[in-house]
Amino acid sequence: MATQTVIETKELSKYYGQQAAVEGLTLQVQEGEIFGFLGPNGAGKTTTILMLLGLTEPSQGEARVCGFNPIREPLKVKRLVGYLPENVGFYRDMTARENLRYVARLNKIPDRTSSDKIDEALDIVGLSGEARKKVGAFSRGMSQRLGIAEVLIKDPKICFLDEPTLGLDPDGAIRMIELIESLSRDRKITMLISSHNLEQVQRISHRVGIMIKGKLVAVGPMGDLAKEKLGMGKEKYTLEEIYMKYFHEV
Amino acid sequence: MGKFSENLRELLSEGIDAQGLLTVFKKELADHFSSYRFLILFALIAMVSLISAYMTGISLREELEGIAKPKFVFLMLFTSTGAWFSLAQFVAFFGPLIGLVLGFDSINREKSTGTMSKLVSQPIFRDSIINGKFLAGVTTIAIMLVSIVLVISGLGLRVLGVVPGIEELWRIIIYLVISIVYVSFWLGISMLFSIAFRSIATSALASIALWIFFSFFVSLGASAVASAFSPIPSSGAESETIIRHARIMEGVRLFSPMELYSEATATVIDPMRKTTKSLILMGPMERLSSARFQNPLPLSQSILVVWPYIVSLVALTLVCFGLSYGVFMRQEIRSA
Repeated sequence: MATQTVIETKELSKYYGQQAAVEGLTLQVQEGEIFGFLGPNGAGKTTTILMLLGLTEPSQGEARVCGFNPIREPLKVKRLVGYLPENVGFYRDMTARENLRYVARLNKIPDRTSSDKIDEALDIVGLSGEARKKVGAFSRGMSQRLGIAEVLIKDPKICFLDEPTLGLDPDGAIRMIELIESLSRDRKITMLISSHNLEQVQRISHRVGIMIKGKLVAVGPMGDLAKEKLGMGKEKYTLEEIYMKYFHEV
Repeated sequence: MGKFSENLRELLSEGIDAQGLLTVFKKELADHFSSYRFLILFALIAMVSLISAYMTGISLREELEGIAKPKFVFLMLFTSTGAWFSLAQFVAFFGPLIGLVLGFDSINREKSTGTMSKLVSQPIFRDSIINGKFLAGVTTIAIMLVSIVLVISGLGLRVLGVVPGIEELWRIIIYLVISIVYVSFWLGISMLFSIAFRSIATSALASIALWIFFSFFVSLGASAVASAFSPIPSSGAESETIIRHARIMEGVRLFSPMELYSEATATVIDPMRKTTKSLILMGPMERLSSARFQNPLPLSQSILVVWPYIVSLVALTLVCFGLSYGVFMRQEIRSA
């Protein structure tokens, strides 16, 4: 099966004044892949996602998402990409359904067709029972799942999930990870997950990229990275061990 | 520059995003009308204007008893000061609050709740967000002012028993349009602050501070500045000094949008006023003729007198909105 590159960056950099947030990032993500984008806080993961969405302009280099330049054609990119920001927000005095309806309208989906889509999305994330409740009363885990439902409304080809498990309890985090995996499997959505929670991302990622201080220090399937850093003999490895090796080198 | 050329290119390739604008507009309008702050504000303003219109109406009726009815009685409902203040003064003074209250948290609340990063990642132009919000605010203001003027006119019809003529209707409509522009200017100011400041409390305070500054201090400052540059001696002042003093004072006052608005509506709603100048120098013959021929200014002439003020007010509103637009388009939006 020939896979297609859906996200591609070349020497992508972003400077805030003298400070480099992202430096010389060259990366390719294939269609249908779950790519774990790892790194400590402030490593430049969110900045990279913003550049891929055309929400901030790169200082240098170029990005392509499904063949489109996010700076030149942001609307085409935004039509294909679902973005779940870190700390996703909703209109608190509107119900879950109303929130989703608004996003559907912004995506120019007519109300006739969006009703079914909203029901389906709420069902997938397990919030059908809460559809008529105001979002202000939602727990962190429920909001996060509603965020996934919102991303699904527009039938994305690619999802950027920024810290999707942040602030969730262990059970909620596991359900979130399983949800992401099943969506990738059933709907063939390419997933780019940024996280600093290694254990959770390790379970589902096909490939990972480790980003530290704005630089991508390693990229590849976890097995390969383990071999390279921990030596051949080691049978069992955790991402944490690999990660710490890189972390100490930088 | 890059952002601008991007928008231009996208405009050419995608056409104008009317649907996105309309979606944001509808949602914002619904939000305004269901919010408590709108209800409270509307109730307050409706109450004050109703009471003052009623008082004015009653006192007008007493004054007019037994004498020939002057022209433009109906407009006096809006301009006669009655017990405390005229309705026109009330709008000039408290109208800004409507604009400020509708706009001071329009952008930074969405940023702090994290809905803004969601909005900007949807396939709509970024302009649609701010345009939709501004238009929804302007529509709310328009509905509010129009309904208040209608209610007052209805009350006036009952209390005074006078039906407004065509010209009076036109004057009221023009007055309404200028008022909507004026309140929209303050909406633009508060939206600018809500873009510039992260915290909602800061933007609210900044808007109110600006309102107080322009409403109270500019006219105080005007006389201070005029006295500093062209002091009037206690005795034997030359007419040139007095004119210079008045000119400086007027010039400084015009920095205040409130003053600009009062001038812009002056001859429109009060046709007996023939000039916006407060200091008029005239000889005995002129005085005689002006006292003898107390005729109102025709509508076209009234507008001509205040035209520069209307233009400045519109320009100020556009500049203010343009500034918010420019800042917002360049801003990087991260979820906090």
